[in-house]
Amino acid sequence: MDILQISGIALTGAVLAMILKYQKPPLAMLLSIFVGVTIFLLVLTKIGAIVDVLRQLAGQANISSIYLGTLLKIIGIAYIADFIAQICRDADQGAIAMKVELAAKVMVLVLAVPIVVAVLQALLRLIS
Amino acid sequence: MGQNIDLIFKIAGIGILVAVASMVLKNSGKEDYGLAVTLTGIAVVLVMVIQMLGTLFDEVKSVFKLF
Repeated sequence: MDILQISGIALTGAVLAMILKYQKPPLAMLLSIFVGVTIFLLVLTKIGAIVDVLRQLAGQANISSIYLGTLLKIIGIAYIADFIAQICRDADQGAIAMKVELAAKVMVLVLAVPIVVAVLQALLRLIS
Repeated sequence: MGQNIDLIFKIAGIGILVAVASMVLKNSGKEDYGLAVTLTGIAVVLVMVIQMLGTLFDEVKSVFKLF
């Protein structure tokens, strides 16, 4: 999946969305969502390969898979929230975008708290 | 993957058709039919986009193990 094809799709999508923008704004927004989803689906296979390599390296370095799993979840949540928030901003719905980002931050915190607790306990064990 | 690009042009085609149809209907005095055509066009495109979002979320869930 070279960058040329992605840029071609993005350009055609942008031009078509611009055509639709003045007659039917909602259709233009739906078209831009569709182009965004298409481009990300093309890239997702590459991300999957990178994630597999990371998982193998973590396995060799016998890091427990909990930490890597949580890290991947956080990356996934962050990406989806950013994707949706950007779409909401395109539709001039800044308030909804902020709410989506707030929810994503809360979820990331919920995922990160157990790890922070584990680190603190390890530190306390070292000190005492 | 190729069919995604066809879908992009299909959505653009639907959009342009709906725009032209509603304009023609508006000029011929049938404003409410124009609105009906616009709503059906948006509904059709919304169904297509939601199906694509469904596949996207499934793929992200499988890649990032986001259950």
